[in-house]
Amino acid sequence: MTDTATAGTDVDALRALADRVASQAGPGEQVEAYVSQGTNTSVDAYEGEIESLTQAGSAGIGIRVIKDGRTGFAYAGSHDDDIVADALAEARDNLPFAEPDEWAGLAEPDGVAATALDVHREAVLATPVEDKVAMAIELERMVRAADPRVRGVRAATYTDAEGAFAVATSTGISVGGRSTIAYVSVSALADDGDASVIAGGMSVGRAIDEVSLDEAADDAVSRLLAKIGSVKPESAVVTLILEPRLTATVLGIVSGMLGGEAVAKGRSPFANRVGQQVGSPLLTIVDDPTNPDSLGAEPYDDEGLATRRVPLLDQGVLQGFLHNTHSARRAGTASTASAARGYSSRPSISARALTVQPGDGDLDSLLATVDDGVLASSLGGIHSGVNPISGDFSVSVEGLRVRGGERAEPIKEATLASTLQRLLLDVSHVGADVEWQPGGTGGVTLLIPGVSLSGR
Amino acid sequence: MIEDPTLERVLARALRTGGEFAEVFAEDKQSGNATLDDGRVEQLSSGRDRGAGIRVVVGDTTGFAHTADLSEQGLLTAAEAASAAAREGGGGVREIALTRRDVANPSPVSVLPDDVPKADKVAILRQADEAARAAAREISQVTASVAGSRRRILVANSDGLLTSDDQVRTLFSVSAVATGDTGMQTGRKSTGLTIGWELFDRIDIDEFAAEAAQMAITKLRARPAPSGQLPVVIGAGSGGVLFHEACGHGLEKDLVDKGASVYAGRIGELVASPLVTLVDDGTIAEEWGAFAVDDEGAPGQRNVLIQDGVLTEYMWDFLRSRKEGRPNSGNGRRQSYKHLPMVRMTNTFLENGTATPDEVIAGTDHGVYVAKLGGGQVNTASGDFVFGMQEAYLIEDGEITEPIREGNLIGNGPQCLQDIEVIADDFAFGGPGTCGKDGQGVPVGDGCPTLRVAQLTIGGTSS
Repeated sequence: MTDTATAGTDVDALRALADRVASQAGPGEQVEAYVSQGTNTSVDAYEGEIESLTQAGSAGIGIRVIKDGRTGFAYAGSHDDDIVADALAEARDNLPFAEPDEWAGLAEPDGVAATALDVHREAVLATPVEDKVAMAIELERMVRAADPRVRGVRAATYTDAEGAFAVATSTGISVGGRSTIAYVSVSALADDGDASVIAGGMSVGRAIDEVSLDEAADDAVSRLLAKIGSVKPESAVVTLILEPRLTATVLGIVSGMLGGEAVAKGRSPFANRVGQQVGSPLLTIVDDPTNPDSLGAEPYDDEGLATRRVPLLDQGVLQGFLHNTHSARRAGTASTASAARGYSSRPSISARALTVQPGDGDLDSLLATVDDGVLASSLGGIHSGVNPISGDFSVSVEGLRVRGGERAEPIKEATLASTLQRLLLDVSHVGADVEWQPGGTGGVTLLIPGVSLSGR
Repeated sequence: MIEDPTLERVLARALRTGGEFAEVFAEDKQSGNATLDDGRVEQLSSGRDRGAGIRVVVGDTTGFAHTADLSEQGLLTAAEAASAAAREGGGGVREIALTRRDVANPSPVSVLPDDVPKADKVAILRQADEAARAAAREISQVTASVAGSRRRILVANSDGLLTSDDQVRTLFSVSAVATGDTGMQTGRKSTGLTIGWELFDRIDIDEFAAEAAQMAITKLRARPAPSGQLPVVIGAGSGGVLFHEACGHGLEKDLVDKGASVYAGRIGELVASPLVTLVDDGTIAEEWGAFAVDDEGAPGQRNVLIQDGVLTEYMWDFLRSRKEGRPNSGNGRRQSYKHLPMVRMTNTFLENGTATPDEVIAGTDHGVYVAKLGGGQVNTASGDFVFGMQEAYLIEDGEITEPIREGNLIGNGPQCLQDIEVIADDFAFGGPGTCGKDGQGVPVGDGCPTLRVAQLTIGGTSS
């Protein structure tokens, strides 16, 4: 089936397909079907024209079969009956080769009611493609016109998508839902001596009328101009000023270390530390996918359980971990409904809507208190320089030096280093300036003294 | 996958609204993997993704649609969606006659991963787990995985090209965690080639797993990495990622054309130390980034990018070479049928120098030796790049001494290329990599001999 037309996804049909698969569980078998389907439109503009226009749909199914503690899995990028039947047969064929796992099992209804969340906008489907094209072209024009120092735009993009899913299990789960997202993003170039600088901006919402071209353009242009004239700084030990979007990046890494699977398998430095002070007393962190302010808000997790508020740190004291059904069974607790997956993989564990309880002040008022610091505007090399098992943290940084409470020269070709454990403990101030990020996290400004800046 | 007359009708439909060029890219990918973690074979997984992406080009505009439905009706519907971007054109009827042009596969396959008994896959995992745990009592956790994939592609376009490729890849990796007084440290080893299950005839599984374990053990006694600028010796093999980041991305013609590369307009100039000859070559048999034809149907080829320090060539895809009326370099690649192709690297590597590795190290008074590099990233506009040290040591008085903890190295591409002081004669390919660009991942290879860079910035905490 092709979804290039703009008809909305029929969630009932996805549920019916998932139910049909789950109902084929044989004696002693548990069967789960995770079914997904989506459509998207994406426009890239370049020099006032459409560079590419993509309109497409995709569909998939992932099937888990569990028997005698053994799990088999198979997936397919299609909902065709014969292909789905093949995937179920293949999952069963894989099963005997897995070794028995006493905690293996599918989610079961747990009585937690799903929060009603308004995460779907018909506008994504109803808006003519010409209007979406116009957004990308206008965004590029705005950025080019914003300042004479803008030399060009590498890419200006409008994307929107509808995603729908259903999960059914032979243990009594049968849920489904759909959501939409829309965003614009742009990256702009300027000359800086013999080299160039590049910076990006974006704006995200659930439909075309919830994204702001002004916000994306201003974000890109202001970040771009701030980079011109960057120098390699002297090595020093500084106070790191994390603006809300980079706080969100760091929280995302930390939440990965609080996943129940990493903890149970001895891959988290936070294992066995519940009830202990692992962060600054200023840090209270929750994952709350029922918060409609977050773009990560979802009524259900990817095993079909209702999402719920999960406390992680309370005044720096570790409260618990994020769990899916398997890690919860192993830990002797209940799932926190933190299962996350695509159709081609089994459920992993992920936070959806992390937030830090606001303190006071905002970026400017906190920066004014910093005598010798770095205001980071971007962190790089996170996948290669941050190890969530050892906690080693080493990233490249661009941003501004801060001296005597004032913004000073822009910096580049420098790194920041510490450990994630130290960063959490050393937070000296938490701002009140909650900004919801595209990934669903609500970031605030943080001050962290004692971080190593490496440069000249 | 699809009959020739169907392809011809679909291409004709795609051009009906005035498109100048149309292409059908069909893909059928089977994947299978098995994972052992925490002492248990957790799961075997099998998957199948099959579909087609259709693009229509008019002027500088590309329309694209994809579908999992390979029936004629499904393809015609996608062709119409792809042609929407060309709606302003004049239209008309074009006859398409396809001519098959196949290219010999550079990497013959003996044993398809799908034909291997699942019990054999499980046995490899068991053996790796036991060997890693036997390496030292500090080993507290082991993950091992085997994965095989077969990706069959077909490309047909309105120039009459019809070609196909059959790409089989096999991957093996072992990760270990060691726990000691100083916390936990990790070691990882992976190997992957564009061949079948015969990969396992070439490796000693016990030795392979023990090496991953040893890396974690060594790091338990690692000191904090230095902070600041030092000479850096990059070991043979995984150091190739340095060139992938420091200049490879900046030589991709799409980034060059948009003014987003520090190497724009510099063909014929000395951009690196005269010791440097850099090659991108999709035809290196069995390497992770090898193929017969790229994802636009162009044969893979060897492209010398930098010769003796002089920039000689960029990497090109179909659209950009067509626009400038020059030969394609076989660098048009895509993650899957759901993605548009763009300029991508294949196997990128630095050629041998004349020194010996011992001379390179002995000639370094005080610096860092990076035995294994992890992933990296680059800002092509500024040339600033970053990559991770997975296994590194101090060099003191010309000798490798203490291990240091993980961290990032940073540098600037053009500066780093000038700063290469000496290159050894011990070339090796590194492990299998996945290169990400604009959200698409493709398999790439890289390699280099041992070499020294006069200075890079090391992102540690020890002053």
